[in-house]
This record gives sequence, C-alpha cells and structure tokens, in this order.
Amino acid sequence: MSATDTLENTKTNVQEVESVTIRFAGDSGDGMQLTGTQFTNTAAVIGNDISTFPDYPAEIRAPAGSLPGVSGFQLNFSSVDIRTPGDAPNVLIAMNPAALKVNLPDLEEGGLLIVNTNEFIKANFDKAGYTSNPLEDGSLAGYRVVAIPITDMTMNALAQVPMTKRNKERCKNFFALGVVFCLYDRPLEPTIEWINDKFEKKHPEVAEANRLVLKAGFDYADTAEIFSTHYKVRKAHLPPGKYRKITGNEATALGFVTAAQLAGRPLFYGTYPITPASDILHELSLLKSFGVKTFQAEDEIAAIGAAIGASFAGHIGLTGTSGPGVALKSEAIGLAVMTELPVVIVDVQRGGPSTGLPTKTEQADLLQAMYGRNSECPVAVLAPSTPGDCFHMAIEAVRLAIKFMTPVFFLSDGYIANGAEPWKVPPMNELPDLSFQFVTDPEGFFPYKRDPETLSRPWAIPGTPGLTHRIGGLEKQHITGNVNYDPANHDFMVRLRAEKIANIANFIPEAEVFGAPEGDLLVIGWGGTYGAITTAVETLQHQGQRISSCHLQYLNPLPRNLGDIMANFKRVAVAELNLGQLCMVLRAKYLVDVISINKVAGQPFKVKELVNRFQGLL
Amino acid sequence: MSTNPTKISGAADMPLGLTRMNFISDQEVRWCPGCGDYSILFQVQTVMPKLNIPREKIVFVSGIGCSSRFPYYMNTYGFHGIHGRAPTIASGIKIANPELSVWLVTGDGDGLSIGGNHIVHAMRRNLDMNILLFNNRIYGLTKGQYSPTSEYGKKTKSSPYGTVEHPINPISLAIASEATFIARSVDIDTKHLSATIERAAYHKGMSFVEIFQNCNIFNDGAFKEFTEKEVRSDRILPLEHGKPMIFGKEKNKGIRLNGLKPEVVTLGENGISTSDLLVHNEEDLDPTLAYMLSQLPFPEFPVPIGVFRRVTKPCYEDSVLEQIDGAVAKKGRGDLEKLMNSGDTWVVEEF
Ligand code: SF4
Repeated sequence: MSATDTLENTKTNVQEVESVTIRFAGDSGDGMQLTGTQFTNTAAVIGNDISTFPDYPAEIRAPAGSLPGVSGFQLNFSSVDIRTPGDAPNVLIAMNPAALKVNLPDLEEGGLLIVNTNEFIKANFDKAGYTSNPLEDGSLAGYRVVAIPITDMTMNALAQVPMTKRNKERCKNFFALGVVFCLYDRPLEPTIEWINDKFEKKHPEVAEANRLVLKAGFDYADTAEIFSTHYKVRKAHLPPGKYRKITGNEATALGFVTAAQLAGRPLFYGTYPITPASDILHELSLLKSFGVKTFQAEDEIAAIGAAIGASFAGHIGLTGTSGPGVALKSEAIGLAVMTELPVVIVDVQRGGPSTGLPTKTEQADLLQAMYGRNSECPVAVLAPSTPGDCFHMAIEAVRLAIKFMTPVFFLSDGYIANGAEPWKVPPMNELPDLSFQFVTDPEGFFPYKRDPETLSRPWAIPGTPGLTHRIGGLEKQHITGNVNYDPANHDFMVRLRAEKIANIANFIPEAEVFGAPEGDLLVIGWGGTYGAITTAVETLQHQGQRISSCHLQYLNPLPRNLGDIMANFKRVAVAELNLGQLCMVLRAKYLVDVISINKVAGQPFKVKELVNRFQGLL
Repeated sequence: MSTNPTKISGAADMPLGLTRMNFISDQEVRWCPGCGDYSILFQVQTVMPKLNIPREKIVFVSGIGCSSRFPYYMNTYGFHGIHGRAPTIASGIKIANPELSVWLVTGDGDGLSIGGNHIVHAMRRNLDMNILLFNNRIYGLTKGQYSPTSEYGKKTKSSPYGTVEHPINPISLAIASEATFIARSVDIDTKHLSATIERAAYHKGMSFVEIFQNCNIFNDGAFKEFTEKEVRSDRILPLEHGKPMIFGKEKNKGIRLNGLKPEVVTLGENGISTSDLLVHNEEDLDPTLAYMLSQLPFPEFPVPIGVFRRVTKPCYEDSVLEQIDGAVAKKGRGDLEKLMNSGDTWVVEEF
C-alpha cells in the first residue's frame, strides 16, 4: 500500500492509500468468487479503478480443505489508473489452512492476513500439509495477523434465524466481506441491494441471513477495533463518462450482439460448453429479444458447422470455444476459408496441450489460430487486450469477417475473460457502421467474382431469386465457383486467398507505440498481457529508461507499420504466455532478431517479473 | 396417400409451373454409369416441381461421398460440406431461415460413420428438413472399403477376411433418435421412391428416408435378393398406413403378432384371415412396432419399405422463433443502448 498521507480519526487511524490489492481465498465451496465480485462491484460503483483476477480450480468441488480445492479472487482497486490486478496482495483473507498455504507466498512482506481460526484445526492442517499450527508456530511473524473465529461469529449472528446449521455456515463469506468492507470504509448498500435482488423473492430467509451476517462482520470489525488503522482509497480520476464493471466474457457477448445489430442481421452463436468460454453462451442465451439465436450443439464441430450454415443463410455466424475445441473445428474453418463465408471463431485460450489447465490462462493458441489447418488456409486473427477491449474487438472481428468474407479468429484468454475492469460505455453514435447489403442482382452474378478493393466474393443468400448457386469444400474455379482441378487455377486461388487476407492490413489501424518512438528496447505484446506489460514499461520509463511498448490487437495480418516501428529500437522483445509464438512469427516475417520473454505457468505475468526481465535487456 | 395438411416450407401460393427440367443444373453428372444415384436424382428432380417451391427457396446440403455430389446437380442453392457434417450445416441454414426447404443428402459412411453423432442430434431436434440417406453398404468414393451398414463377414478391399463388425440399422437408429418421419425406399422402385420423397417433403418435422442404392462398381447387387423383379413381391413388405401387412405374389402372406413376436403367416391357412394380421399404424406414438418392423430379420421375413413412422412434435426452429417472439412481446425489441448501460453503472464527472 503506498501511503500518501495520514489523517487522524476519533476512533482509529485512517490512512489514505493510492491502491490496494486484496485476495480472498478459501475452499471452492466457500464462495470466494462471489465475495471478491461483491467487493469489486462496490469499489467500482464508488468510483475506484479496478482490475480483478479470479483464480479457481478446475474441479467443481475438490475435497474440502485440500490444496487443489483452493479458490482465490484477487482484486486491485485504486484512485489512480491501474491496468493489472496487482502482483502481491496487500491483504490476504484465508478461510482455511489450505488457502493460507497456497496463497501466503504471494502476500507482500508485512501484509495484512485475516484468517478464520475456526478452520485452523488438526484435520485441516493435515489436509494442507502443515505439521504445526501456523498461527502459533511463529511462521507468520512477518505479517500482521488478524485472527477471527469467523464461523462461530457467523453462527452467533444467526442464532435466532431458523435455518440449518449447514446453511448458516455457508453465510460465513459474507462475514469476511463485512470485515473487509469495514477495513476500507466501504458502504454495505450495494451488496445489500444485490442480496435483495438475488434472494428476496425466492428465498427471503437466505436474504435475511446474508444481510445479518454481512452487517455482523462490519460491526464486529468496527466495534472490536480489530484494525488499528483503516484505509481510504479515493475515487479514481478516470476519464469522465458512464461506466460499468465488465468481465472479458461479458464484453465479448455484448460486443458480438452489438456488432450484429450494427450489421442489421441476427447473431447466430453455435457453441459447445467449454471452460472458460461458456459464460459467453450464458450471456447470449439471455438476449432473445435481440433476435440472438444460440445453438448448443452436440459437439464443437457441429457448433461451427451450424455457424457456417447460418452464415450461408445470412446470419452473423459466430462460434466460441477454447483451444481443444479449436482443434476439433479446424476442418470446418478450412471449409469456411474455401467457401469464403464470414464466421468468427472465439477462442478463450487456456493452459494446454490437450485438456491441460482448463481454468488457467495461456496464450499458446496463436500458431494454432494462424496455421492449425491442412494446406494453405489463411484467416484473420485478432486479440483483445483487456476485458473492455473484448467489446471493441468483437465488433472489429465481425466488421472484417463481413467485409472480407472470411473466418476471423478472436483470441481472448482465461485471464481477461474472467477478469473485470471499469468499462466506459461508448455512446451509440461512436460505434462503427457495419451495415451492408446482400447481393441481389442476377446481372453478371458469379459466386466467386471479386470486389477489386477487398478481393472478397459476393454474399448471396438462399432465398434470393436468380442467384441459385452451389458452394463447397472442393477447389473453386476463379469467378464461376465451379469445382475445378486445374493446376494453374489452384495455384492462382491459393495465392488469391492469401492475398485477400494480407490485404486486410490496408483496412486496419496502424500499431501505436506506448512511449517514445525510438529507444533501446521495444517490448511487443498481444492479448491479455497488455496490463502487465504496459505497467512494467511505464515503471521503467519513469526510471528514465529508453523503453517503449507496442501492443498488437491485430495478429494476422500484422499492422502495416510494425516493421518501421521495430526498426527504431536497438532491441525488440516479445513478452507472451507461450514459448515464443509471436516472436517466431515476427522473426520469420521481418528477419529481426526478436528476443522472447515468455512464461507458461497458467498464470498471468506479474509486473515485477516483467520489470526485472526488461531491465536485463536494457 | 395421406398428405400432411401443413404448408410446406417455402411453397408458393400460386402455381409456379415448374418442371423437372428447371431443377437440372448445368453441371455434368459424374457418377459411374449404372449407379443407383442416377435414379434417385431423377426422382428428386421429378418430385421438386410438384412441391411448388421456388427454386431459390430450396437448399441441398451434403457431406462427402458419391451421394454427396448431389447438390451440384440440383439447380437450387447447394452446399457441399465436409465429411459427415452436413447435418450441422443444414441445421444452421434452417435455423437461420425456416422459410427454406432444406434437403440433406448423405450416405451410409457419411451419415452413419463419420457423421453418426450429428445425424442423431439433428433427428432428435426435429428440424423441419429432409434427410435422404443413400445406403449402398459400401464406401464408393474411396473405392470399396466396408461401411457401417456392410453385413457381418463381408469381404471388401479393407476386409479381405470378412468384416468383424456388426452393421448399424439406419431405420432403428432413426427411431431411437426420435425423427418424426421415417421411411425406406429403393432406388429402382421409382414409383415408390418418388412417392416416398414427396411424403417426406410434406411432413412437417425431421424426415429421414433410407434409400437402398446399388453401387454397381463396388457392391453390385447388394439388394438384389429382395429387389429383383422375380422375387420382389415375395420378399418386400410394402407398409401402408391403416392397412394389414400383406405381401407375396399372391397377396396371401401376412405378418401377425404372436405374443410379442412377429411371424409370417399364410392367409387362408389354419383359418387365418386378414383380421388376424398386424395393421400398420405409422402415426402410433409408441415406437415399439415401428422398431420391430425395422428389425425384422431377412430372409425369414420380408424387407419392409414405406413409412415406418410419422408423428408430430414441435420443430426446433419454430420453438427458437417462439422464444424470440415471446421475449420481444414481453420486453419489447432489444434496445442496444439499454443493454450496454445495464448492470451496475456509475458516472465519472469532469474534474
Ligand atoms: S462408386 Fe458406386 S456409389 Fe459411387 S458413383 Fe460409382 S457406382 Fe455410384
């Protein structure tokens, strides 16, 4: 916590700080994601900048108290502009020994540690691999420990409530939340409103219990004066406007429905449930009044097959998945390349290969997106860089798919998909115009005749008189679209499809440099690493280093000015969560000796580790 | 013949005056001479004008295989997809535009092997479309390997010692998958074939038609034991709704239920009359008898052709539209600005 000044308060110290990182950790059944989300919502509504990082296990309910069952939610809230959920938490709430064991290594030195003492019992020490009670053996001497019997106090608060013991116990996360609200002097109203909305109608007793426990936690912390100092984080100086908190997956769903509306066609979302992309389906399946059709297919292949069929028939065809699903969709993507139909493939990347780490983040599907199909099969590839950016890049993906009649990859990742940030709601009149017309004139119509500017073929949909035609996966004759095996035609068509995608570079924005346009080190990044890279680069810039960064949202084709940007720096590095995939592409394309800074731990970059690694190159 | 009263997808109100010639595309047909596919193509092109659907409202979708070349030969919209995935593409087309008449042409390899999963799910969703499965019990396009409908022990290029796989029964599969119209016909029985295709077209819901199709190059005569002129009437049982199950040259054989077991009986023998025979009820909601018919072993029993089952259920694409219309009726047409501003919002003022 960076203290800026200290105010005197009648009861306790109130210290004003710029930004705070909190991590809630407990069993996956303890409701830590919910607790973290509630704290985040409150912080957002009262005007802090926020960034979150939910980190949960793949198992729905791993054995209670075990290390693999630990679920965490980290959030950073701030009075200044922040881009990451923070490296090391200032505060750790550990609901049991396993949560302490897993998360303590990340807690800052001297950090505040709030534990639920009721769970610190022999059976749980065994499960967490502790041979002695860490609360008593002196191993926590370097931290400020606040030990609270959270379970007991929850039960006390609910003594008069007719509810089963088990259900009462399940309210304990709200006690912890109340305590932390008190510590940061936050209002309870937003959470109480949420409880009312969620439970009051169907389960009034649950609503009442949660409200009681939340207040009990707050009051306990307040009256027992368990914290000698309270902290205040002022509103952030965000650009003026209307904001909402948004996760990457929410912004993705919103972006695609917006794009479809801007294009004036219904959105068709074909998908198969897969972590961490399923939330996009959940969001879109609610939007029936926008004409959105969601199709939960029998498998990944059917999901994209149906999206391609819907696109042929004139809908905005979209499919969403994660890496293993992309593997299954590859052949169908090839079909969409051959038939030149617009379809967007959302890949919310996760750790791999194979089933890998379903709930952890990674950026290792770049080469799969670019090259993972048989033969010469070029597609456009985009990557949003923050949760909010998912909205804008979704619109871009649809714009390019329609304009160029091509599949477009949208490479999100588990980190930004589940992470949240304040998102400035764009005014309607600032959204791009995606309106277009289907081809209807039979005069001179050929299914593979090209627009000279975009090289794309006409989109003529079934139902249009005079334009009946057949398309398919066999090689097409230039212009007529008839099946054709002529060697010269094939060579021509392969090159034409490649040129069509390369030509998109003329229709996308140029890359921008963060920092000076020349210097000692240029760090190139893409996708969800934006926050960490930019913050690390900024830190070094403040130290006077000649370092800049360039974050790519367009990966195929690359922005046309990228080569020139790189030429102005002594060294160029790519920081990415894989073994150097973009690095390889840049080296191959530009013959520049690009250095790879990489990590594949299923975790995002920390700012500090990037600062260290960049420093080593300066 | 009872036709479905429902208006067929895409059909025009006024007669269009189309003929078979209107449905012949400019592409040269490339099946082997003598292939059963020719007859099926001819019958489909014959049925099409009767449906009175403008050509542009018809889409033929296929996967990969000999039969899957079909869309190129139809002067309609067409989509030649990838192996086994035609049901997925066709589903997307139909959901996007329910006004289209969607036809899916597939084979035993394409539809029951690589595309087995999709065909099952397309059938259970009961989209209003028509699946024509050309069953030749062999892989033709890849030149003669056994298929999922090849008989046990069949010697083929990939099973020189005979296959050790048991065949799948397409009609049984369709029944288990809850298709709402299930029929079987034969490539060379042109009258029966065109009548069956027409009935499939008029059915509102998923129509599945298995067509025995002779591959004269790699599996010639696969069905001749019961389709040859001389034996046909003794070995084929034509299913007719509401009629007793009678077959035979002399029309004197029938199917009777003995307890739960079917048996072949001769009319006039042992006092058996038509009133003892099973009466075919294609509208029976209970699929038991339809399934039993699909499983009748040959040659102890004749091979049933005709409509096994025809029932009514809500169609997927209609239900999708109903939900959309319902949501619009309740909440009004989606307002994008409102949606973007939903959730917890706050305003940051100018400093
Ligand atoms: S291989 Fe057989 S099924 Fe294929 S076209 Fe030739 S005869 Fe017909």
